[in-house]
Amino acid sequence: MDALKTSVLYLDAVTVSFDGFIALNRLSLVIEPGEMRAIIGPNGAGKTTMMDVITGKTRPDSGEVFFDGQTDLSKLDEASIAQLGIGRKFQKPTVFENQTVYENLQLALAGVRGVLGALTWFASDKDDARMKELLEIIRLNDVRDQMAASLSHGQKQWLEIGMLLAQDPKVLLIDEPVAGMTDSETTETARLLRDIAQNHSVIVVEHDMSFVRDLDVKVTVLAEGSVLAEGSLDSVSADERVIESYLGR
Amino acid sequence: MLKVSNLDLHYGAAQALRSVSLQVPDNQVTCLLGRNGVGKTSLLRAIVGQIPASGGSVSWNDTDISKSSSEDLARLGLAYVPQGREIFPLLTVRENLQTGLFVLPRRERQIPDEIFELFPVLGDMLWRRGGDLSGGQQQQLAIARALVMKPRLLILDEPTEGIQPSIIKDIERVIRLLRERGGMSILLVEQYFDFVRALADTYAVMDRGEIVMAGDMHSDHEDAIMKHMTI
Repeated sequence: MDALKTSVLYLDAVTVSFDGFIALNRLSLVIEPGEMRAIIGPNGAGKTTMMDVITGKTRPDSGEVFFDGQTDLSKLDEASIAQLGIGRKFQKPTVFENQTVYENLQLALAGVRGVLGALTWFASDKDDARMKELLEIIRLNDVRDQMAASLSHGQKQWLEIGMLLAQDPKVLLIDEPVAGMTDSETTETARLLRDIAQNHSVIVVEHDMSFVRDLDVKVTVLAEGSVLAEGSLDSVSADERVIESYLGR
Repeated sequence: MLKVSNLDLHYGAAQALRSVSLQVPDNQVTCLLGRNGVGKTSLLRAIVGQIPASGGSVSWNDTDISKSSSEDLARLGLAYVPQGREIFPLLTVRENLQTGLFVLPRRERQIPDEIFELFPVLGDMLWRRGGDLSGGQQQQLAIARALVMKPRLLILDEPTEGIQPSIIKDIERVIRLLRERGGMSILLVEQYFDFVRALADTYAVMDRGEIVMAGDMHSDHEDAIMKHMTI
């Protein structure tokens, strides 16, 4: 139980099946506070289902899912889990194209206060400072007054990560952030996430191995709904079972 | 011969294919390899006209087909078996097969007996609904439906994914038979390396939206190919 107490996310023997297809098969995973973890795995390994279980989109058939060592996520709905501070970024960027970068972030920041609050909201000095900080983190200070529509794909992804950060989450789940990015954007995204990981827990699902190498964090390999291997990228990529699984054997 | 030249493809601002060039020689099995998310399915869908490319061209026997509709491509002899099979669950096996006939001249619109020699199980299940078949049987139905079109180029996207080993053997046997009989090129996307090794004449490997290796399957590059497929 010690692992549970000190963890920010704790999954133990989580099983999910759809129509007889076992998507997660007694999956166990522990994320420590302030840890960044990369999740990789072949097709159908259960990566998306795992994110769905953490965010309350899918309920596990059995097993335990705890946040912060105490909150049972399997009993909560999606909205309550988001309120707890678990933010999720889907693969496709979803920003407000016809608002500026600054306005997009403002909306996310104001969004914390509810509908009435958002309507009557004015930026305080504290908010200004926070906006500035966010713009720095996501590398978009120079384009803060540009319409989001004019951003490159990579910049849109960073903006959406910024919008997630504006809501001050404890844990960020990020699904394939670098798919479709240029090489330099991909390299910069690894740096950006490492910056964020200094004071957040982050789970990144990715297929891009050069990016995962740049992240330089512990890697979990999922296959057929369970953890196949865990450790440094070098150690898991030398693991015979991992190789076999990627070759479809 | 199918020839893909410098093909670019974008989803919104995200680039999925970067100047991809690929050739599928006549009467051969060409295999497209690579981990998930590297652009294999995007390339197939661009070839068969399901998503517009943003640059480059695709030609079939020296005719530019970059702007052709899926229907025109089917009439030209390109048949595509998508990942996940996409058979019609509420139509019977027979009806599913009949949907492939529309591309043929009216007098040829008959399911050839040969289909049931290749896939005997489909003959036994003609009146069953597609949705009631097992995953492996659905995969066989999807391939058979493509063959009904008498294609010149058969494009298969991960036909072994989630399929039981005995049916994988059946599918392997069919592909080998089609190859030996000639008159058809096959473009096969796969992540199951042993399956590919047994069937392919030529290969191309993708990573990050690009072709990173290509050549003769039976060269001594196997280790390098496997390295690209794993992590």
